[in-house]
Amino acid sequence: MRELRTEAKSENLDTVLEFTTDGFDVIGVSPALRMKMEVAVEEIFVNIASYAYGGKPGPVVIKTDVSGEPSTWKTVFIDEGIEYNPLKKPDPDISLSVEERAVGGLGIYMVKKSMDSMEYEYTDGKNILTITKILE
Amino acid sequence: MTIEMNKNGGELKLSIEGRLDTTTSPELEGKLKGELDGVTALEFDIKDLEYISSAGLRVLLQAQKTMNKQGKMVIHNASEDIMEIFDVTGFSDILTIE
Repeated sequence: MRELRTEAKSENLDTVLEFTTDGFDVIGVSPALRMKMEVAVEEIFVNIASYAYGGKPGPVVIKTDVSGEPSTWKTVFIDEGIEYNPLKKPDPDISLSVEERAVGGLGIYMVKKSMDSMEYEYTDGKNILTITKILE
Repeated sequence: MTIEMNKNGGELKLSIEGRLDTTTSPELEGKLKGELDGVTALEFDIKDLEYISSAGLRVLLQAQKTMNKQGKMVIHNASEDIMEIFDVTGFSDILTIE
């Protein structure tokens, strides 16, 4: 897998997006599918940037590739911050009215809904989050 | 992202082009904060909006909350891709999309 090591801050979002979608033009990924993957990368990376190190700087490693049959995009996010499993976060209630709905809390839910898989593990002091999407 | 804004009395129209994400959403949020006073009809034209993440949805929800108290808000020309995001997040039920 290709690997990018960067600082977990939202200013680096564009770099991370370019890295994780590099080559999509060559493969011919549709704009609709591409947006799903970009949203997933943005939500996860911004989450790490905002919370993993309690607002302080810290490293994040991102690994990505496209492989297999059917062709599958896989991206892994590794940080050494506070242990946090986003899969345990309860889903927002999307049936609530405008007044009742909280502003926020949708990001991880969007990732869960749009990816084919999302797995979390905490090993050796590292949060490891892996997402995949079949490129059909 | 480019925001084009037209205000006519209590009517405010915004056309948003490009990406509404973590980096650009604060700009839209700031524009709305400064302009919503006295607005009774807020319209968004998102024909050229290519991308929206939760940061952008958050700003739209906040605008809808404000407009529910003082008037109405309508969203025009959502593309199929953006509409899918509105559907997944339940926003198609709480926003007025025409």
